[in-house]
Amino acid sequence: MSGVRVLVGTRKGAFILTSDGRRDAWTVDGPHFGGWEIFHLTGSPADPDRLYASQSGGWFGQLIQRSDDGGRSWSTVGNDFGYAGEVGEHLWYDGTPRPWEFKRIWHLEPSRHDPDVVYAGAEDAALFVSHDGGQQWTELTALRTHSTGPLWQPGAGGLCLHTIILDPVHSDRIYVAISAAGAFRSDDAGASWSPINKGLRSGEIPDQDAEVGHCVHHIAQHPSRPDTLFMQKHWDVMRSDDAGESWREISGDLPSDFGFPIAVDANDPETVYVVPIKSDSEHYPPEGKLRVYRSRTGGDEWEALTHGLPQSHCYVNVLRDAMAVDTLDPCGIYFGTTGGQVYHSADGGDTWAPIVRDLPAVLSVEAQVLP
Amino acid sequence: MIRVVLPAHLKTLAHVTGEVRLEVAGPEPATQRRVLDAIEARYPMLLGTIRDRHSGKRRAFVRFYACEEDLSHTAPDAPLPERVVTGEEPLIILGAMAGG
Repeated sequence: MSGVRVLVGTRKGAFILTSDGRRDAWTVDGPHFGGWEIFHLTGSPADPDRLYASQSGGWFGQLIQRSDDGGRSWSTVGNDFGYAGEVGEHLWYDGTPRPWEFKRIWHLEPSRHDPDVVYAGAEDAALFVSHDGGQQWTELTALRTHSTGPLWQPGAGGLCLHTIILDPVHSDRIYVAISAAGAFRSDDAGASWSPINKGLRSGEIPDQDAEVGHCVHHIAQHPSRPDTLFMQKHWDVMRSDDAGESWREISGDLPSDFGFPIAVDANDPETVYVVPIKSDSEHYPPEGKLRVYRSRTGGDEWEALTHGLPQSHCYVNVLRDAMAVDTLDPCGIYFGTTGGQVYHSADGGDTWAPIVRDLPAVLSVEAQVLP
Repeated sequence: MIRVVLPAHLKTLAHVTGEVRLEVAGPEPATQRRVLDAIEARYPMLLGTIRDRHSGKRRAFVRFYACEEDLSHTAPDAPLPERVVTGEEPLIILGAMAGG
């Protein structure tokens, strides 16, 4: 029987949760890199034992760790994320220009085909790629130097490039999302980029049709329908059916217009999961009830999934990279909270249970199906 | 022989326990920069953790102590105290106390 490995990055280290394909008994391994922030821990689709971790901290900066044996051992690889060429300026919170400055890697996205190829999304927003398993990093400068770059302004979490989608069909197509610049698409492997934010509505910018300035929180895609994208943003859940050329709101009857993660069911490209959060200032579940919402209609109509989740006095958050799906049938869904719980459902969201309850605040969750 | 005490996180990264002992040979005086060059040459996984990879500046929350003095703001090319150079006292690299 196949197995599942769930990779969890937290404020104080990495944890690896494993189960067989039944997904009812879990082993918790960790912490790895105890005391360090693990912004993202993920595996290669081409080689599930090849893992990458973004390890960072305020004292000692950014490191990248690599495992070639599924997390049993780790090696430090390259951390030279220098911005190439002349470093320009973006807008600071107060609207004044500020030079780009590297702070950390938010997200690592390994190639679908080559375990040695991995992309890295940085704060301040930039996209890097490595072709040698993380030893050397090269910036794809056309993104940071896009003509709109001087207008990009950080969201509350920083000017972070947090989402990278490598298109499964168009080999040179890459999507990225940046808070709070918006979403961008390249059709030439990162040599040039176009903002893809038409139709987004963002309450705190004066021009709703602005090319950039939208606070995109996360984007999800189903590999069988790559031109359809689902977006959770600050204000609304959105959908595009033309590779981001246009977006329409699908928030429907959700209880809030805010949240961070969004995921698509592995077995149905019209089944989508979000975790509504109350904003603008609280950032916890509405009414203190932790609810995943599922739409089986590609949006607009949502149902609350509550069985096994706390329905009173729950004030945790679920961050943008902290929800994932596996590829088993029925689909497994996993999410981690800022309270340190990792919940899972092995039946498409109908019922939930904690795998582990008392980890440090969870920053990222990824799921792998093992042979 | 120069003795260096690394902070716990960097010992873990570098897979060392206890003090690090380094030869910083040559006619030039031993300085912070030369000691850090030697540390990074022996332990390349520490590149960027003590000082910025590009500017060479000490990371903000990293401090250098020796001989009961804070050398954090001493010029990187200033000679280290004689007792550090002779190995009588270690150069202590530590993460500043910050946060809760």
